[in-house]
Amino acid sequence: MTTPAVAPALDVEKIRADFPILSQTAHGKPLVYLDSANTSQKPRAVIEAESRVYREIYSNVHRGVYDLAVKAEKAFEGARHTVQRFINAPESREVIFLRGTTEAINLVAQTFGRQRLKQGDEILISALEHHSNIVPWQIVCEQTGGVLKVAPITDSGEIRLDELARLLSPRTRLVAVGHVSNALGTVNPVKRIVELAHAQGVPVLVDGAPGVPPLPVDVQALGCDFYAFSGHKAFGPSGIGVLWGRASLLESMPPWQGGGDMILSVTFEKTTYNAIPYKFEAGTPNIAGTIALGAALDYLTGIGMERIAAYEHELVAYAHEALATVPGLRFIGTAKEKAGVVSFVLEGVHPHDMGTVLDYEGVAIRTGHHCAQPVMERFGVPATARASLALYNTRAEVDALVQGLHKVREMFA
Amino acid sequence: MSEELRELYQEVILDHSRKPRNARPIEGARTAEGFNPLCGDRGTVFVALEDGRVKDAAFVGSGCSISTASASMMTESVKGRTTAEAEALFERFHALITAPPERAGQGAEALGKLAVFAGVSEFPMRVKCAALPWHTLKAALAGAQAPVSTE
Repeated sequence: MTTPAVAPALDVEKIRADFPILSQTAHGKPLVYLDSANTSQKPRAVIEAESRVYREIYSNVHRGVYDLAVKAEKAFEGARHTVQRFINAPESREVIFLRGTTEAINLVAQTFGRQRLKQGDEILISALEHHSNIVPWQIVCEQTGGVLKVAPITDSGEIRLDELARLLSPRTRLVAVGHVSNALGTVNPVKRIVELAHAQGVPVLVDGAPGVPPLPVDVQALGCDFYAFSGHKAFGPSGIGVLWGRASLLESMPPWQGGGDMILSVTFEKTTYNAIPYKFEAGTPNIAGTIALGAALDYLTGIGMERIAAYEHELVAYAHEALATVPGLRFIGTAKEKAGVVSFVLEGVHPHDMGTVLDYEGVAIRTGHHCAQPVMERFGVPATARASLALYNTRAEVDALVQGLHKVREMFA
Repeated sequence: MSEELRELYQEVILDHSRKPRNARPIEGARTAEGFNPLCGDRGTVFVALEDGRVKDAAFVGSGCSISTASASMMTESVKGRTTAEAEALFERFHALITAPPERAGQGAEALGKLAVFAGVSEFPMRVKCAALPWHTLKAALAGAQAPVSTE
């Protein structure tokens, strides 16, 4: 990642003031929230946007003719345009609102996958994937006789592109890879992977959780065919997420869930499905959550994604430096390109014990397998401690983590 | 250090987690595997029965200090007990580690050394760590009972 020289530095104290939850204490210490790759906190703009929907404009979308319905519809579809701009999608009708990344990947598996996979056809993923980019493919392979292929990773936690290229075969129907490894923080060379796959005529799905943020995402520049991300990791509400897909692909896919909104006409003899994106949005959606997701993305855009990325890049470098001073600490995942995730183990101390002691220092980190058990297995550890950094974290908070780890060592090591 | 943390990580618990007792397999014993999906920890409990009593108990696996100490102390405390006694002990232990604040520490005296786990009840996220070895033992005993009845 390159640091743009022009962008003025982020005023982190000003940003922190936007996040009401961060001003509280935990066990009598200032809360140090270092778990944003798990789920991120919400700025006032998002909290207020969601609340404003219920106070001022709430009604169902795509149905009413009255004033409130028009307002709700406008705000809801406005969020679609916001997402389109945010990821630089060619068209807003390619943006499908779902519950989150998990649902988005399941949708692609159960529509695109189920339609295209024949006995012996292959789905290619990497050994870095989150369970939600593994299990949906296993399920569809079981249903269709498809085969799941896995590109291995190096000791530093990077996908082996030579192996990935080798595993691309005439039977490969889709490549599905994460943008950023949630367990290790590796930023995958998605653009290069897309080039390799497209050279064989294979479409690529990118699991963008966590990729949005911290990375500025441009689906046209990446060249991918599907991109999925979750609102809750992007400072928006939980229970809302996005699947972006090329219109031509989405149109060729069968519907997923049947119900209201996804139809044009229904008789007992025949139902005509709605156009995209509505074909994939059966039922009343998460209206307020969608609008609040739009507010979250507007908030990020207001600060500037390049600035955010640069700030996090600098902070994660500092975290690596500071954590390296803790005796017995070993980093898991040392890829050259890393987003704001630092995974580590401490000699003689189980990550769970680390997490409990750190909690009493006010420091919240994730401990466990991070829904990436194959990654843990690859590195021969049952679990790691993971500190993930976001735009509201500071060097002082990284120092608090390091101080906490010294206490952990005093106790256990 | 805070009072709750001190209660959780008592010296006895830290000692057993650093130097777990009976951390070995037992040839020919009944076994069961335990798994904590929260943290990915795995462990195998071995239990050898003789005349309906636990002749030997041991475990192999990796876990946090709470689960390791719990496994270590469990293998010591069930030795010589009948399977029914061992299961009853687990029930009392489970009641101790899941006690609501108003009943915290109740029944601890009857648990002997295992009373050091009373502090776990303050940490709902760590109850599974302490209970996992016992659930695994129970499964191993259940497996062992079937052949016992046929002998």
